[in-house]
Order: sequence, then structure tokens, then C-alpha cells
Amino acid sequence: MTENPHDALRSAELIRDSAATAAAGPGGALLPAGDPAAVAAAPNLTPASRSQWRDVWRQFRRHRGAMVALVLFAAIVLFVTVGPYIWTIDATFVDIRARNKGFSAAHPLGTDQLGRDMLARLMKGGQVSLAVGLTAMLIAVTLGTVIGILSGFFRRLDAPLMRMTELFLALPLLPLLLLMVTLFREPLGQAMGPGLGTFVLIVSAIGATSWMQAARIVRGDVLGLKEREFILAARSIGTPNLRMMTRHILPNVLSPIMVAATLGIATAIITESALSFLGLGFPPDFPTWGRLLYDAIEQMQMYPWRVILPGVFISLTVLTVNYIGDGLRDAMDPRIRGR
Amino acid sequence: MLTYALRRIMLAIPTLLFISLVIFLLLELSPGDPLGDVPLTVPPEVKEKMREALGLGQAWYIRYVLWLKQFFWIEPLHWVDQLLGTDFSRGAQRIISFQSRSPVFDVIAERIPQTLKVVGFSYLVGVLIAIPIGIISAYKQYSWFDQLGTFISMVGFSMPTFFTGVVFIIVFAVNLQWFPSIYDTTLKVTDWASFWQQVRQMAMPVTVLALYNAAQISRFMRASMLDNLGQDYVRTARAKGLSERTVVLKHVLRNSLIPVVTVIALGLPAVFGGAIITEQVFKVNGLGQLLISAIHSNDIPMVLTLTFIFAILIVVFTLIADILYGILDPRIRYD
Repeated sequence: MTENPHDALRSAELIRDSAATAAAGPGGALLPAGDPAAVAAAPNLTPASRSQWRDVWRQFRRHRGAMVALVLFAAIVLFVTVGPYIWTIDATFVDIRARNKGFSAAHPLGTDQLGRDMLARLMKGGQVSLAVGLTAMLIAVTLGTVIGILSGFFRRLDAPLMRMTELFLALPLLPLLLLMVTLFREPLGQAMGPGLGTFVLIVSAIGATSWMQAARIVRGDVLGLKEREFILAARSIGTPNLRMMTRHILPNVLSPIMVAATLGIATAIITESALSFLGLGFPPDFPTWGRLLYDAIEQMQMYPWRVILPGVFISLTVLTVNYIGDGLRDAMDPRIRGR
Repeated sequence: MLTYALRRIMLAIPTLLFISLVIFLLLELSPGDPLGDVPLTVPPEVKEKMREALGLGQAWYIRYVLWLKQFFWIEPLHWVDQLLGTDFSRGAQRIISFQSRSPVFDVIAERIPQTLKVVGFSYLVGVLIAIPIGIISAYKQYSWFDQLGTFISMVGFSMPTFFTGVVFIIVFAVNLQWFPSIYDTTLKVTDWASFWQQVRQMAMPVTVLALYNAAQISRFMRASMLDNLGQDYVRTARAKGLSERTVVLKHVLRNSLIPVVTVIALGLPAVFGGAIITEQVFKVNGLGQLLISAIHSNDIPMVLTLTFIFAILIVVFTLIADILYGILDPRIRYD
């Protein structure tokens, strides 16, 4: 958290907060409607342009660490997506005469033991690592949200679903992940090709073992929401259950879901690189950051940079994602917002 | 409280049974064959005999029940025999590793000291670092110490242990040559020289794991201290004229430690999981390394037993954490 120097803005926020709680209509605390005090303090904003997400963004911008992290994360994403179009050397091109080169103009970050360009490999590896992180997070968050909403909304499903969540929480996750990956890597690789097969396997294994926190948080929020008047109002005009969940419940639990999703990317990237590091991830000629680190371990005494570079990328990505998650959590929490 | 504890223990039993079934079925569904390394020249009927000798002849549910019996009945009996010199378990088949042909529990017993020494000690060091840092950062909220602490702990749990471990090896073992990069398990501590050698080889793995754990625990400690520092009883204590030292270190610290203690208990089994990676980095041949080698060589009984032991640790420590919370905080009522 950073201290806010603009006292005028701060007092306006305080007034707006109390005004919002006083006028707590449907979803009052989460959706502070445009009110005169804030508009007076910031005359360039018309009432129509005020929305929850704009408020969240404004709060988010004041979290200095999160803003720096956002810029850095965007830079990393640009590096792995746009980078290969600018630096066009193929990441798998073997040039045995140029192996084990240090930093030079032809290879800015050197080459590996087969003469493959490290810069290109880091870009390619980053694509895979980020793709694994995003997809695994999507699976985990979708599973967690569905299970959380179902168990919070239907009283009959609550006990069995929560028992299941507790069971999953009691599983030894890393050993099980290792087990799943070793046991099913070859058959899936034969069915879908080594790269895609491993991707599907790792992503679904990570997704299937990391949805529990999201489910618990969502369930807690849904249980609270269910008692609110706007749910009663929606029910009284005969809203069917499905629309109830998608129109009224889901938008109101979006903020904890987004925080869980951001932090989920970080854990998924770490888990993938840990698997790769143990030699149980992607196949050898398929670069990911974890795999690059693992491949370089054998020669780390001679060429330490080859270990450090992918490690720095993993840590930096995870660090920025964690900071963004932290900033989002502060920005979305109406109790903290405006402090 | 007692009924709550009993109910939780009763609930833990089906949970554990279910988990063991999940692990067993996962291994059962696996396409890997423990006889995959047997040469093709071996005739099929001999292969069938070998399969039966490994206990793979029967249907899966029979083998599952048999394994449960071995785990929960024959192995404990065997320990009783060893302790008291009786022979209840004579003739009963223990769980045998495919890989080494020796009882699984004997191998595990050989590996446990290494894991406990390195992992247990590092967790202790981590907690001892984390608690003072948490207290100071909360007491001086938003000071430079707090900002720095927040940043370092953020970095601390964003850097995976396999990366910090490797960086430590490059810096301290390769460049500075202060510590050995490989953990030597055969080393016996007999005199000061070998003790010093043991300290040197433990320094890096312990530091890596301790920093990682301290990063997380210090955050919890800080949050918990902040919660308590704003409470009314703190103002009362100050109004009574107690010294600042007594207020913070006695009144606030005691109450703040309650949730932290449970977090520490909950984190213990996860430490064993995280140690799999650290053990691999520094080549400590503990439980994690045993699990990985067993997975690679398709040693089903070993993998099954080890994974199940990890599951038992998680369930037991969750139980301990919940009960501890109730004991430490009398406001918590479970009925």
C-alpha cells in the first residue's frame, strides 16, 4: 500500500464510502452509484462514466507495486509474443559450430550446448510457460467457481461438494502430480503428439488439483449474497435458478474470482517449472522456462547464465503476477478501497 | 472439545481410506508395467509366474484389501515384534519394494533421518526468522523496514526453491567454494571436524528452505499482529500504564500467535512435499528423492506407501491444527 498525498481526493473517497453504505440498495456496498460528493471533487468525471470497474482501476493505480508489476508483466508478455517476430532465429535451429557461446552480437544471450540461440529459446519457452499458466488457471478457476456457486446456492449439494473439496485438500498434491504425469505422459504423447499431449496432461493435472481455494472462497461469498434483498426480489419475479446464478450471483462474486485467478497463474507457472525441473515435464526438445533451467543444470559450473536467465524469468513473472493479485485484492475490497 | 476431537478422528478414517483408494486406482489405471524391463526372451508362462510372485495375479480389489491389511495390521505388528521381541507377525508378508526387494518400511526408515534433519531444521529456522520480522513489520507498519520486509517476502515466495537452490550452489559452492554442493549422507558426526562438515553441508539446503518458509509465515504473523494491535484491549493495556514492551510482547504477541501456530502446523506436511524439490537440488537422499526414484522405476508398492504416508501427514496435521486452535483460543466453540 502506498500513502496517498492528495488529501482532497481522500476525503472525497471517505464521504463517498459513507454515502454508499447509507444508500445501500441492491448490491450497494459493491456497486457504489454515482453520488454528488465524488462528482464535486472530480468535476471532469460525468456521473455516467462512474462504474465499479473504473473505481477498481482508480484504486489499483494507487498501488505503486502493482502498477510497476503490471508494466513489467506486460513487457514479459510482449517479449514472448511479439519478440519472435523481431528476433527471427528459430529456437530449435541447431548450429553445432556455435555451441556454448557467450553474449555476442549474433547471439545476445549466448547459445546452449547444441548451439541453439538462448534469446529465441527464452521467448519460445516463455510462450509455453505462460500458456500453461493461463490455461491451468482457467481450468482451476472455472471448476472452482462452478463448484463454489453450486454448493453455495443449492443447500442439498453443499455438504457433499464441500466434503469433496476437503478430500482434495487432503491429497498430497505434488506426489500425485508427479505420479499422474509419469504414468500418463507416454500414452497421451502417442495419441496427440509429444508436445500437445504433455501440454494437455500438465494443464489438466494442475487444473484438477488447484481449484479448491477458489471453490471455498466463492461458496462463502455466495452464502452471504443469498440472504440479500436483491436476490429475494429477483426470486419474487420468478427468475429461474440458472439465470439467478449467471445474472445475479456470478457478477457479484467476480472480484474474489479474479484475485484467485491472478494468484492461480503464479502457482501454475511454478508447478509446471517444478515438474520440468524434476525431468517430468515437457519433452527435451520442447523449451519451457523450467525445462531450460533443468537442461542447463549439468553444465552450470561452466555456464551459470544459462541457469540464471530462465530462473530469473520464472521468478520475475511469478513476482509480478503476485503483486498484481495483491493490488487487485486491495482495489476490489470495498472496505480497504479509499484508505 | 473432546467430542469434537473424537468426531474429527472418526471422520479422518474414511477420508484416508478414500485417498488410499484414489492413489491405488491411479496406479492401477497406469499403463506402465512393472515387468516392462524383463527381456523378451523370457517365455510368457515364466513371466506369468513372475507376475504372481510379485502379487499381481489377483483382481485389483483383492490386492487393495491385502495392501490395507499389510499397511494397517502386519506392519504395526512387525514394529511391536521388534520392540518387545515377540513374534506375532511371523510368516506374514510385509510390503515389499519391487525395486530393492526389501520391505518398504525398512527403506523408508533409512531415509527419514535425512529428511527430518534437513527439512525439519529448516522449518524451525524459518519460523524463528519469520516471527520477529512479522512483529516488527506490524508494529512499525509502512516504515522502511515493513516495506522492505514486504518486498523481500514477496520475492521469497515467488522464487521457486529449485532456482534459489541452484543460485546458491553457483555462488557459494562453485564461485566462493564455502560449502559443498552435494549433501553427503554417509557422513557420521563423531568429532568436531565432522560436526563442522555436517554444519557446512546442511547450511545451503536449510537456508533455501528456511527463507522460502519464512517468507510466508512472516506475512501471516504481520497480518495477525495488525489485527490485534487495533483491538480495544490493547488500548486498555496502554491506559493501565503498562510498558510498551509488555503490551506488544505479552498481550498482543500471545493473541497473535494463535492463528500463526495453526498455520505453522498446517504448513508442516506441505514442507515434506516442497522438500522433494530441494532434496533433488542438493542430492539429499531423503524421502522425496526416494519417491522420485520409485516413480521412475515403476516401483508400485513404494510409491503407494510413500504417497499414502504424505496423505496421512496432511490429515493428521490438519487435525492437530484444528484442535490446537480450539485449545489456544477458548472463544472457539465447536459444538
